[in-house]
Amino acid sequence: MIGAVVRELWQSLRDALEALGSYAFFAGRLLAGTPRALLRFGLVTAQIHNAGALSLVIIMLSGLFVGMVLGLLGYDLLERFGSEESLGMAAALGLVKELGPVVTALLFAGRAGTALASELGLMRATDQLAAMEMMAVDPVRRVVIPRFLGGIISMPLLAAIFSLIGLFGAQLVGVQLTGVDAGQFWSQMRGAVEIDDVMEGVIKSGVFGVACSLVAVYEGYHSAPTAEGVGRATTRTVVISSVLVLLLDYMLTAIML
Amino acid sequence: MSSSVRREPPVAQEAVVRVQGVRYSVGRRTIFDGLDLEVARGRVTAVMGPSGTGKTTLLRLISGQLLADRGRVLTFGEDVGALKRAGIYALRRRMGMLFQNGALLTDLSVYENVAFPLREHTRLPERLLRHVVLTKLQAVGLRGAARLMPAELSGGMARRVALARAIVMDPELLIYDEPFVGLDPISMGVVLRLIRSLNDTLGLTSVVVSHDVREITAVADHCYLLSGGRVVASGNPAELADSDSEEVRQFMRGLPDGPVPFHYPAPAYDEQLRGGR
Repeated sequence: MIGAVVRELWQSLRDALEALGSYAFFAGRLLAGTPRALLRFGLVTAQIHNAGALSLVIIMLSGLFVGMVLGLLGYDLLERFGSEESLGMAAALGLVKELGPVVTALLFAGRAGTALASELGLMRATDQLAAMEMMAVDPVRRVVIPRFLGGIISMPLLAAIFSLIGLFGAQLVGVQLTGVDAGQFWSQMRGAVEIDDVMEGVIKSGVFGVACSLVAVYEGYHSAPTAEGVGRATTRTVVISSVLVLLLDYMLTAIML
Repeated sequence: MSSSVRREPPVAQEAVVRVQGVRYSVGRRTIFDGLDLEVARGRVTAVMGPSGTGKTTLLRLISGQLLADRGRVLTFGEDVGALKRAGIYALRRRMGMLFQNGALLTDLSVYENVAFPLREHTRLPERLLRHVVLTKLQAVGLRGAARLMPAELSGGMARRVALARAIVMDPELLIYDEPFVGLDPISMGVVLRLIRSLNDTLGLTSVVVSHDVREITAVADHCYLLSGGRVVASGNPAELADSDSEEVRQFMRGLPDGPVPFHYPAPAYDEQLRGGR
């Protein structure tokens, strides 16, 4: 009984390590091919469009709503201490340092990550990747790396847009609706937000961009060539990316605090 | 019984592909054990066999997508198993492959699909590239479909586009994986004629994997019949048709029962119906 449990645990541990090694190896392959992929930037631009531009609507809408909630909650909380003028500062810091990168990454995993994984999975299932191999074209260089880079470049830009729209939403509720003084709102924000805070957000979204893109292209590229396999790859992409983003977020916050 | 038809010795002409004593297994399942065959230059060689005999696996061994556990696969005289990635890619530039479903890149138009290998491997000026692509599309009769996307093509058209793409780099060896599956009679006829005419006009060597006996024997110069991981018969189509081996006859005539049984192994019928396991 106990022996079986131990064996099971040992097997799981080995599987996990094997997966980790496989991820690391794949990441190495992507990095090694990146310089050459950057020379054909047209391929990357197309993927920035796919991963970034096509995610804009969902990012902007979500940013607006998250900002509005921040405005409302922030006002309610700060008013109890009579410091509702600090709403601008609270919203800006919350968005730039934390909510912008994290929520953007979660949305990115759901919108762009799944699209990437299922696209690569379907290319595998329909022999498109094998066909490239047969044409002596490395599919990792031609297909995977441009998508990986497109995701990495898109993420910080999306996070910045998210924060910007979020601030607008907070301002909309805080200033227009609940009546915080507009001058106070913006000046407190300007006074409190340092360049370090912004950098923290940029670094986070950069790291999340690498993590989410890597998970999506890895899962898609290694999916089983069946309908079920593609489905599983997209699910795994969302699950792994989301958990990874939250874990990395804690680690990065602890380091940069 | 197994080699009763092997009258014609492996052809005297130069062999483009030589498979020597190959063993290949996936997990515990042995797919090939002691497989020998040769593909002679300039001819259309058919590889036939029931589903699941590893016909597609054979193509993957020839093109270096898979490596044999034992034995050698020589393609253009080079031992595929001993080649590094760059060597295998160099080898593949000399061959074209037609996948079962065409495997066109779905985000590119027909024109761009055919142009794809040229764009990846050469720096042809746009005008010359256009010339080459249109010539190849003309050869498969689809010059007019150049602007269509793969999703707009019928199965037969997709396969012809894939064929144009496979010959765009002027390969020496053209490999067809089940080229007739799911085609209507007209498309089938078109593909059949293309296999023959491309082989002869472009001076290619062709390997066609298929289980459509009637179609493939109409076009092939030499046939191999695989079963149970080995070549059970080889010869020209007429020889195979006249074979007195039961195994060969069952396959060539499409008989439902014979050495390959109709029934998947199962416990005794009446016992199971009466409630046994």
